[in-house]
Amino acid sequence: MRDLVIIGGGPAGMSAAIAARESGIQDILILERDGQLGGILQQCIHNGFGLHMFGEELTGPEYAWKYEKKVNELGIEYKLNTMVLDITEDKVITATNSNDGVFQIKAKAIILAMGCRERSKGALNIAGTRPAGIYSAGTAQKYVNTFGYLPGKNVVILGSGDIGLIMARRMTLEGSKVHAVCEIMSYSGGLARNIEQCLNDFNIPLRLEHTVVEIHGKDRLEGVTIAKVDQNRKPILDTREYIPCDTLLLSVGLIPENELSKNANIKLSNITNGAVVDQDRQTSVGGIFACGNVLHVHDLVDFVSKEAEIAGKAAAEYIKSGKKQSFVIPIKTDGKIRYTVPQIITEAKDVTVYFRVSDVYKNAKIIITDGDKAILSKSKAKLAPGEMEKIMLKTEQIKNVKELHFSLEV
Amino acid sequence: MIERKLTCIVCPLGCELAVTLEENRVLEVRGNTCKRGEAYAQNECTNPKRTVTSTVMCEDGGLVSVKTDEPIPKEKIFECMEIINATTARLPIKIGDVIIKNACGSNIVATQNRSK
Repeated sequence: MRDLVIIGGGPAGMSAAIAARESGIQDILILERDGQLGGILQQCIHNGFGLHMFGEELTGPEYAWKYEKKVNELGIEYKLNTMVLDITEDKVITATNSNDGVFQIKAKAIILAMGCRERSKGALNIAGTRPAGIYSAGTAQKYVNTFGYLPGKNVVILGSGDIGLIMARRMTLEGSKVHAVCEIMSYSGGLARNIEQCLNDFNIPLRLEHTVVEIHGKDRLEGVTIAKVDQNRKPILDTREYIPCDTLLLSVGLIPENELSKNANIKLSNITNGAVVDQDRQTSVGGIFACGNVLHVHDLVDFVSKEAEIAGKAAAEYIKSGKKQSFVIPIKTDGKIRYTVPQIITEAKDVTVYFRVSDVYKNAKIIITDGDKAILSKSKAKLAPGEMEKIMLKTEQIKNVKELHFSLEV
Repeated sequence: MIERKLTCIVCPLGCELAVTLEENRVLEVRGNTCKRGEAYAQNECTNPKRTVTSTVMCEDGGLVSVKTDEPIPKEKIFECMEIINATTARLPIKIGDVIIKNACGSNIVATQNRSK
């Protein structure tokens, strides 16, 4: 029996482990699938991490190192190259590695910190052939930054998420020509600074309201046909345009990796694809917590680390006192506000609610109500789906509330 | 007087800046939410600079990630890449080790640890 087992040694897992140790839990084990701690940060060699947590601009590996150092200083135990195969509702973990074989651990508490994966081409349904040369942006990033292979010379990128933008610049620096970044929406899902420094700096065209409609080539990709889309995101056939290329990168979204959570019968949200959690990031299964990109996809790693601290502290408290949820206040949203994290509140204390909107809204007002009773409202000059927002609720505002309704007045 | 619109790249907020220029002199910066934004607008209109991040080949054939420890002039990015790609680094490497001295006005430092 272990006190706390953390699944995943990326930024969320390390930060949660440190917070739990600092809250008095000695017996902690991190299980990490890769050969080193740090998760996806190890391949994110660009800078821009850590402004919130450390007040300086770090690259991904440097950010990871700050936490890895702390994990080592605190003597927190971890197993690398270890794949977790199963988690049950009674918190029995089945895992495997080449030293221990297949083994089981029963834990008092578990923190899920498995991160997310990229949406694949299979989920996209593009017409045409299936030649070599089509990669998810993150796979290309691993090839270039970890292995030193350049996936191709002439590149088209579908989707303008941050990883796609970062890879447009990275491949340009290594000598590839990026012909276009196609985005089906009328705005980019990436950060404004990345549009500026990854595309505009290198005159890479961002084709908004454009998508790839056909893939060409038998063995190796030879080109793609792109087209403008109408208001219903249907391609307009007259606008078809052929771009010769040997590489297509897909940067079309991230999905929390929750196969293990499903095994443990944890209730998942069909909007975030992550667990439904309370203010402590506790899931529907008592003693199992979730944080980071496995819970919902974050824009910044700094916010992942912060969220993991909440989960780490709460898991420590659970182990020490067997904390129970005394009541449940559900948080509902109106659709314009797409989701909130947490989705429920189970304790009357100050809670920061994070949320995302479903479209770009200007001069909007966030309104929080309980039935007819107004709780809080806040005006915002600009809201965008790519930028997570937060709002703080005070203990007095939550007390005696039956339900919290988040809506947006535009 | 001309007006230039910029997106600040100092932090992920990405403030939209409006800069009033007269003969390459910055008269006014609007839209910034912090002092660094104003400094960015100043530099961006007079001497734009960027931090370059990349990888250097190590003697064992593996890679180590690196960065310029100061931003370099924007027009020197590709020159800097050529220097980086012509270098082979000796092992072991610790984060912060200088891998290349004075490439386009900045040292190239390691951002990863690599053992021998």
